[in-house]
Amino acid sequence: MAELREELKEKIIEQLSLEDVEVSEIGDDDSLFGDGLGLDSIDALELIVLLEKDYGIKLKDPKEGKAIFESIGVMADYIAKNRTK
Amino acid sequence: MNKGVAITGMGIISSIGDNVEENLNALKSVSHGISRIEFLETRQRDAIMVGEIKKTNEDFVKELGLDSDNSFSRTAMIGAIAAKEALKSANITDPDEYRTGFVSGTSVGGMDMTEQYYLGYHETKEYRRYIEAQHAGFTTQSISKYIGINGYVSTISTACSSAANAIMLGARLIKAGKIDRMVVGGTDALSKFTINGFGTLMILSDSACTPFDNNRKGLNLGEAAAYIVLESEDIVEKDNKEVLGRVSGWANANDAYHQTASSSNGEGAYLAMKEAMEIAGLSIDNIDYINAHGTATPNNDLSEGVAMTRIFGEDKVPVFSSTKAFTGHTLAAAGSVEAIYSILSIRENLIFPNLNFQTQMEEFDLIPQTKLISKNIKTVLSNSFGFGGNCSTLIFTK
Amino acid sequence: MSGCYINGIANISAQSTSDFDQFLDEIIAYKEVIFKSIDPDYKKYIKPAAMRRMSKSVKMGVTTSKMALASSGIEMPDAIITGTGMGCKQDSEKFLEKILYNDEQFLTPTLFIQSTHNTVGGQIALGLGCKSYNVTYVQGAASFETSLIDAQLMLSEAPKKNILVGGIDEIAKNSTLLHTLDGHIKQEDINVLELLESKTSGTVCSEGATFAVLGAEKQDHSLCRMMDVETRNIASPQDIKEDILALIEKQGLTLNDIDAVILGNNGDVSFDHYFENLQNSIFSNIEQLCYKHVIGEYHTASAFSYWLACKIFKVNNVPSILRVNNIEAKEYKNILLYNQYRAKNHSIALLQRC
Repeated sequence: MAELREELKEKIIEQLSLEDVEVSEIGDDDSLFGDGLGLDSIDALELIVLLEKDYGIKLKDPKEGKAIFESIGVMADYIAKNRTK
Repeated sequence: MNKGVAITGMGIISSIGDNVEENLNALKSVSHGISRIEFLETRQRDAIMVGEIKKTNEDFVKELGLDSDNSFSRTAMIGAIAAKEALKSANITDPDEYRTGFVSGTSVGGMDMTEQYYLGYHETKEYRRYIEAQHAGFTTQSISKYIGINGYVSTISTACSSAANAIMLGARLIKAGKIDRMVVGGTDALSKFTINGFGTLMILSDSACTPFDNNRKGLNLGEAAAYIVLESEDIVEKDNKEVLGRVSGWANANDAYHQTASSSNGEGAYLAMKEAMEIAGLSIDNIDYINAHGTATPNNDLSEGVAMTRIFGEDKVPVFSSTKAFTGHTLAAAGSVEAIYSILSIRENLIFPNLNFQTQMEEFDLIPQTKLISKNIKTVLSNSFGFGGNCSTLIFTK
Repeated sequence: MSGCYINGIANISAQSTSDFDQFLDEIIAYKEVIFKSIDPDYKKYIKPAAMRRMSKSVKMGVTTSKMALASSGIEMPDAIITGTGMGCKQDSEKFLEKILYNDEQFLTPTLFIQSTHNTVGGQIALGLGCKSYNVTYVQGAASFETSLIDAQLMLSEAPKKNILVGGIDEIAKNSTLLHTLDGHIKQEDINVLELLESKTSGTVCSEGATFAVLGAEKQDHSLCRMMDVETRNIASPQDIKEDILALIEKQGLTLNDIDAVILGNNGDVSFDHYFENLQNSIFSNIEQLCYKHVIGEYHTASAFSYWLACKIFKVNNVPSILRVNNIEAKEYKNILLYNQYRAKNHSIALLQRC
């Protein structure tokens, strides 16, 4: 699981062009949106595609993303349970 | 009240008709143009519903009498058809008779050709005449050349408010006496680019769109071109022109909230509607009907609805409807398509219905007009909003 | 009647022009037909969080708009009018290629929302929190000038406004290169400083941004007065000559009052005759300046000539690299600009020292 979390951090930094952010700066329980990493609704849509492309998880409604993308930890748990690839 | 700028001609092609009369008949008989994709090659064919014009590019080439080696994109061809009808309906045979300008709104211009030939340009010489189609201004020039307007020609690209801004500019230029006559509007054909683009934002509906409904799922894209002819008072008097209506108010404001989404308090829309009424010299009681932007995305309809309640008061919002369930959201052309529907509303004293509405939105007490009704209409307010925070409002009067 | 003054201006180009105190002191000689602009330190003008999604055109546009506002002393403009021939072509191209190469799958929204032509204008508004009038013109080589026409009209309607007007274009890897196939760009690399003598068809392609702040009232720091500007889609060389003479006459001036002309020659042997026709006739006794052999050609390259005129009015001097004839004005009061691209999108403007 720790490995998956690190992998997610790297992917998020790359996919969302967070050039000034280091993997070590993102805590497993930090919130990704709002006061934490400061991601926005467009980033949420980017993450939905990341779920589909890399883990074979397809979300139909963008609203579902809100709970899943709460933090790296929550996201990793969700992926571990639902991944198809 | 501001007398406004005279509208003396109009032309349109959309998924509900190839000209003004066909569009009016479809609106009057409440028959929409939303279907599955038939002509455009795309993987999303069965995933979405669109407002597609049921004609092939070959049909348009024939109709316009173009050479077989022409470089018209679909966007340019439907534009030429609508612009030609607009000039004809204004009885203009010689565009050079007065100082005449052309301003067209488009979002992606000739993207329909670019995406078709992009990977083949290196290998296939015949395709290369379409390379220039990647410039939006080229689409406009194809149309202006076809209809013979060579002087002031420009393109406005403010996403889905483009045509509304073109009409606004035309009215301002004529009012200031800078030019005598303007052909203004917009054109956009369906493309894989826009279908997939809106797809990534997850705001495309897989069924017929339902503007202002609590359970709305998103928009249907459409394709259309529509232009109106604006003329100075001098020409109207001198040539005894029939005036179809007037553009009396206009405004453009920016939401300055987000690159694509509208703010929750509808600030940009509020500012645009407010200023347009000021310019027209009208108060809220004078507005007989609102042709809303009403794309049926969760975000737009909420933001626009809030802006309407802020301006008019929740219990005093005029009769309103979105006609997007007829045509789909025709992007840059939406502003001029709906300008023509607004003029038809005034001419026919009819309010065209907001189709597919069932459940009132929970956020406010607004119900759109869902049936075709007769009403004495002197003034219509029409909204068009786009990416980049662009919000425009036009007011048409009898 | 209200005037139209340029109260601040800034430019980014393939030369070091982002510092208004310099005036082409050092020239870079490019040897390719496609060459990029010089990046200033964008971080000085744009916050990292805002910058992460910005393509080059957005960065150039936002930066020059901030520089122009600062030099005019205006914090919040009353309108933002943007001209661009290609728009945000880099992101547009990337999104298109993803559609084509991935068969319309796994697409993400960022490229799409940044691909629209009005992204630069929208991002400037967003950064400033500017809720006023905001329009983007996309008309090839006349994109900047059609924006100016709107600004001029707006100042006649509302003389108290301060209007931010700009022109931006960026190179996109493959879309720009396509124009070597249809002959718009020259087939072989050349020494760009010798562009005007190339004797071959096609031109070069570069990128850049110019933003200016316009107002109806003359300020202490006003750079010049824009007397008039007009565009014409299609015209013959003779039409253009007549248009220029008419524009000068409308201002109550004659050719003798014009101290210099700045022309958009781009070394395309098929179309430079539009300029030469004037250079050899009505402009033959006037100082003639060209700039596209220095900064390159792109749809809003002509916006650079406004920057150039403002500099010339300010320092009353012209870098010799811009001169294409032997006539030198003693002082510069009236400067005329003319540009066209491939016989289309002609623009004429008259600027006056103030």
